[in-house]
Amino acid sequence: MEEKNVVFVVKRFYNDSEEERRYEFTASRGMTVLDGLYYIKDHLDATLAFRASCRMGICGSCGMIINGRPMLACSTQIFDLDSDIITVEPLKNMDGIKDLVADFNEFFEKHKKVKPYLIRKVEKSVEEGEYIQTPDQLKEYRQYALCIKCGLCYSVCAIAGSNNEYLGPASLASAYRFMKDNRDEGGEERLLLVDGHDGCWRCHFMAECSEVCPKEVDPAKAIQMIKRKAFIAAFKRLFRR
Amino acid sequence: MIVQHDVTIVGAGLAGLRAAIAAAETGEKLSIALVSKIYPLRSHSVCAEGGTGAALREGDSIELHAWDTVKGSDFLGDQDAIEFFCSQAPKEAILLEHWGCPWSRTDQGLIDQRPFGGHSFPRACYAADRTGFHEMHTLYERSLMYDNIIRYNEYFVTSLIIEDNHIKGLTAIDLKNGEMIGIHSKAVILATGGAGRLYEFTTYSYTVTGDGMALAYRAGVPLKDMEFFQFHPTGLLPSGILITEGARGEGGYLLNNKNERFMEKYAPEKMELAPRDIVSRSMMTEIIEGRGFKGPYGDYLLLDLRHLGEERIEERLPLIREASIKFSGVDPVEEPIPVRPVAHYTMGGVHANMHTETPVKGLYAAGEVACVSIHGANRLGTNSTMECLVFGGVAGSRAAEFALKNDFEALPKDVVAKEESRIFDDFMGRDGDESIAEIRDTMRSTMESKVGIFRKGDDLKEALRIIKELKNRFNNIQISDKGRVFNTDLTSALELDFMLELAEIVVLGALKREESRGAHYRLDFPKRDDENWLKHTMAYYTEDGPRLEYIPVTITKWEPVERKY
Repeated sequence: MEEKNVVFVVKRFYNDSEEERRYEFTASRGMTVLDGLYYIKDHLDATLAFRASCRMGICGSCGMIINGRPMLACSTQIFDLDSDIITVEPLKNMDGIKDLVADFNEFFEKHKKVKPYLIRKVEKSVEEGEYIQTPDQLKEYRQYALCIKCGLCYSVCAIAGSNNEYLGPASLASAYRFMKDNRDEGGEERLLLVDGHDGCWRCHFMAECSEVCPKEVDPAKAIQMIKRKAFIAAFKRLFRR
Repeated sequence: MIVQHDVTIVGAGLAGLRAAIAAAETGEKLSIALVSKIYPLRSHSVCAEGGTGAALREGDSIELHAWDTVKGSDFLGDQDAIEFFCSQAPKEAILLEHWGCPWSRTDQGLIDQRPFGGHSFPRACYAADRTGFHEMHTLYERSLMYDNIIRYNEYFVTSLIIEDNHIKGLTAIDLKNGEMIGIHSKAVILATGGAGRLYEFTTYSYTVTGDGMALAYRAGVPLKDMEFFQFHPTGLLPSGILITEGARGEGGYLLNNKNERFMEKYAPEKMELAPRDIVSRSMMTEIIEGRGFKGPYGDYLLLDLRHLGEERIEERLPLIREASIKFSGVDPVEEPIPVRPVAHYTMGGVHANMHTETPVKGLYAAGEVACVSIHGANRLGTNSTMECLVFGGVAGSRAAEFALKNDFEALPKDVVAKEESRIFDDFMGRDGDESIAEIRDTMRSTMESKVGIFRKGDDLKEALRIIKELKNRFNNIQISDKGRVFNTDLTSALELDFMLELAEIVVLGALKREESRGAHYRLDFPKRDDENWLKHTMAYYTEDGPRLEYIPVTITKWEPVERKY
């Protein structure tokens, strides 16, 4: 099996002090960056801290900056990287806890702010059966329901970095997911939550969020679509007066 | 620090979230703590792929679903619990839809259903092949509507506090700062999932280490039927990532190196959609008899989806395609997928009845951590996610009702300080020369080679000897990280401690059960033996290792008959 020597340069962080540690080992083809981190933890340095769970790109635990770009460690093949020196850092725009472990609390709080659930004026009873949703209606929002909350988009977003209150791409994409769901009746209520200085209008459409998204959710597009909806709603309000 | 909540739920996967919502709805004034060692949405439930079973449509019935489940269980499932489970399933599927789940739809806009192994009607509700993922996100998002659900994210539970057969709460480490806290509660629900990391080749997430089972067992609660471990037919090589049974439900073939659909020899009627125990055994037989393919990651067989065409694969199995490309370098549109049977589900678990009650007052268990038992000796696909929904809901409302009727009972003196000292002085103080990783890897390879699909007495005895030896060696481990903040060296040691305890129970139960039933197959006892073994194994903790007892299986309508597919 094909093998090569690699050096993992890990930005370590503990008790407010930073340190760069280098770990050298032999990687074989098929090994992911996450496998590499486990190799280090098992054989070279058990004190290294990172998060991981599903190792199949669906749980969102192992987002980190690999060679300068936010990626999921489990979904990144070592042999696919250009360099044999692999730098690994925690996600940005979040506080550090230890080593590669960043604090997601604010990220999850912001997600909660957009009321990311079906809002109904009256909930149907179970006995009445399901709400009707055709395959085409499902397609309207399905892409935006694929977000795994890994935080890569949040980490790369320049606005999230410079403004603490900005809801960020993942939350806004989530809001849009519900706006496009034919079962949802949260219209104006949710729109007001995202149509403000800390919502969609803060976004400058640099679209890096969509570039790094591992699930092709395209939050940048979602935010532009929210802007359009907000604009139309404002226009309508104007005429109602 | 000690905090107080009426109901505390351990584990925030499908069962835990469903329980939290049910508890919050049952008692609006109750305070519900939802404790997880990981962040929201990281739980292994997101990995469930193929579907969730419910008899929703004409032509299907609750009774048929129940019969399929009883037969699938090789008659070890408790039939009263199974009937109840199947009767509640349709309601849960609809409820999830009302809460926003993006179920795949029929052209008329109804929830669509696909065929699944061992089911005699297409009753798997699915959301493409990301069913668990969407269910988890739906429940998590819904849970945000309830202000009385308080989340404790990244808290690692170290012990349950039980006195005089009453649950009083638990202790947990706040991973962010290493502080030991006590959670004082009237009722506790365990929803921590299975124990699949016992095995080397496994579909499970890194985090599924049987914590809840071991916590309960050590606190005196019996574990039931732990020798029954499900091996799913199609684990992707080399990682073990799950390739859903839905792939065969959609029409995929299993092929050997002679290009034969070999399942026609083993299950001529159901073919690839026979239950998992039968398909996995058939695959291993093919491999053992030399009809597998050889590769750098061991022998394997092929799952061929090419005839389904790109459009259908992309629409119904997009995650499988993505995973095969990313983790195996194979695009199933172009090439068959290399697969091998893989450890996938823990049929056994914390002894609970169909009301999710354990023998301890105020302690409930739901989902994979529990053994009710609806799966018996072999679980049918789609029944696990539904189990989480049905019994998560039951546990949530039962625990809330219990909390409404009862007061807090005083915590034992110094319970948190004692646990603090056990973990941070005794445990973390260990500075021996044994490596956690090495003990863990030896445990996993032992389970893989000696306690797998085909078992025999000598192997099991040898496995038991090795596990006992590993338990001894574990006393002499080294924990290198002496810090308090996010100490994953410590948590991996705690997890290994749990797993070694469970491994011993699995092996002992398998050694004692001298018959073949469902997923437990003994080469030295190849027949099912209803006369002697139509009974559940119960493992009780003692200092010298598990003590086994047996209790009868509940039979309502269906007397055991030969199981053919």
